[in-house]
Amino acid sequence: MYPKDYRYTKEHEWIRADGAIGTIGITDYAQHELGDVVFVELPRVGTQLKAGQSLGTIESVKAVSEIFTPVSGEVTETNPALVDAPEKINSDPHGSAWLIKIQLVDLKEPAALMDAAAYEAYIAGKAKEH
Amino acid sequence: MTTPATAELRKTALNSVHRRLGAKMVNFGGWDMPLEYSGILAEHGAVRTRAGLFDVSHMGEIEIRGAQALDLVQQVSCNNAAKLAVGQAHYSGLMTERGTFVDDLLVHKISDTHYLLCVNAGNQDGDFEHIRANNKFDAKVENTGPRYSQLAIQGLRAKEILQRLTRASLDSIGYYHFAFGEVSGIHCLIARTGYTGEDGFEIYFDPQHSEKLWGELMEAGKSAGLLACGLGARNTLRMEAGMCLYGHEIDETTTPLEAGLGWICKLDKGPFLGSTALNEQKRCGIDRRLVGFEMLDKRIARDGYAVLIDGRDAGRVTSGGPAPFLKKNIGMAYVPSTTGSAGTTLEISIRGQAAPARIVALPFYKRPH
Repeated sequence: MYPKDYRYTKEHEWIRADGAIGTIGITDYAQHELGDVVFVELPRVGTQLKAGQSLGTIESVKAVSEIFTPVSGEVTETNPALVDAPEKINSDPHGSAWLIKIQLVDLKEPAALMDAAAYEAYIAGKAKEH
Repeated sequence: MTTPATAELRKTALNSVHRRLGAKMVNFGGWDMPLEYSGILAEHGAVRTRAGLFDVSHMGEIEIRGAQALDLVQQVSCNNAAKLAVGQAHYSGLMTERGTFVDDLLVHKISDTHYLLCVNAGNQDGDFEHIRANNKFDAKVENTGPRYSQLAIQGLRAKEILQRLTRASLDSIGYYHFAFGEVSGIHCLIARTGYTGEDGFEIYFDPQHSEKLWGELMEAGKSAGLLACGLGARNTLRMEAGMCLYGHEIDETTTPLEAGLGWICKLDKGPFLGSTALNEQKRCGIDRRLVGFEMLDKRIARDGYAVLIDGRDAGRVTSGGPAPFLKKNIGMAYVPSTTGSAGTTLEISIRGQAAPARIVALPFYKRPH
């Protein structure tokens, strides 16, 4: 379910690093919690973000959720497919529904995040609360 | 995000059914209720085009009996219950002395000496105390919520599905009327009422039969595309239909006249709790009124966002979000009563940015059939 080559945050974002470019999205757990996604607001290309800062919002029918960048860097691309088809976030959150690409400031930053096994253990713990 | 189920939350008799169906559960007014099963969009669409089944057993019931039952109903609520025939129901407001809402409710006239009030889950205890405190009549007030489960079957095909399980003639139950009858052999009060903007029925019965009746309705509706629906779709459906939700459009600070509910406020019926204040407000005019609006771009207004007119804070969004069937983003808000009518533009403050919107007539959605 959760790709082994991604890193994860407690706020349910993922990042896949490819050299100095990181691709960021939200996890399957997050899309399920949100429900039907109807609108996505992403930053402009060129925006400088610091790790932990808001990169935009995802809105489901029910609620608004702020999304945070797991790493620092400059936004190099946003996913154009999400403008007209935000529901892709529900159907393919780890693939075609990535949110932004970012030019990493610190290549070591992603490694400090949870790996897939740690993230799976983390959400298994959350599921028990329910 | 969902709220974990805890021991303090109240549960309907169908709680384990919802969990078996994989519903996402939420804390709603102290009740552990299903938010969605297959998804709000799918459930909303099912009700608008086919049918949906809702467990609304959290709703409260209060019964008033006695020779002066009508006098007590008339004293605490703003609609004119004297006009109800046996077997008829109407929408009304439970009033404070200031003419504001303690709650909104449905009043069913079972007989000349027996009325059944259906009230909001989170308000039932307060409503009961309020009615009792104003009972200076020969009437007995009972909080009978625990004695009923309530299911709502709503949508174009609701009547056809329900008819498969009952010999009661559903065609002879008019809109906002009810009858007693057996559904799957279970004694029910069958009311042609709802909170979705569609035709449909709300049925009240002994909670011990809840799982059986839910199961039989789901089975009877399978071929017609009936879906189990949660509170998420219930909210988007009522919003599209321009209906008020307690705690949003109406509360202890708002009057029926401000909320566009003058039609349930029968000032000519004689004095009742709040009538002095309401007569005064009618004479002097209201300062603010509830309007519907639609967003002019893709952004979404949400409950609590500020309404801007000429750049100035002019009111608050009471309910806002996507209208799944209309494929627009809509909302309701209080604005100064001097604000123009349908077509007038205003702005909604969304995370510090002003998003354009236009006032439109309510309801947003009216069923074509």
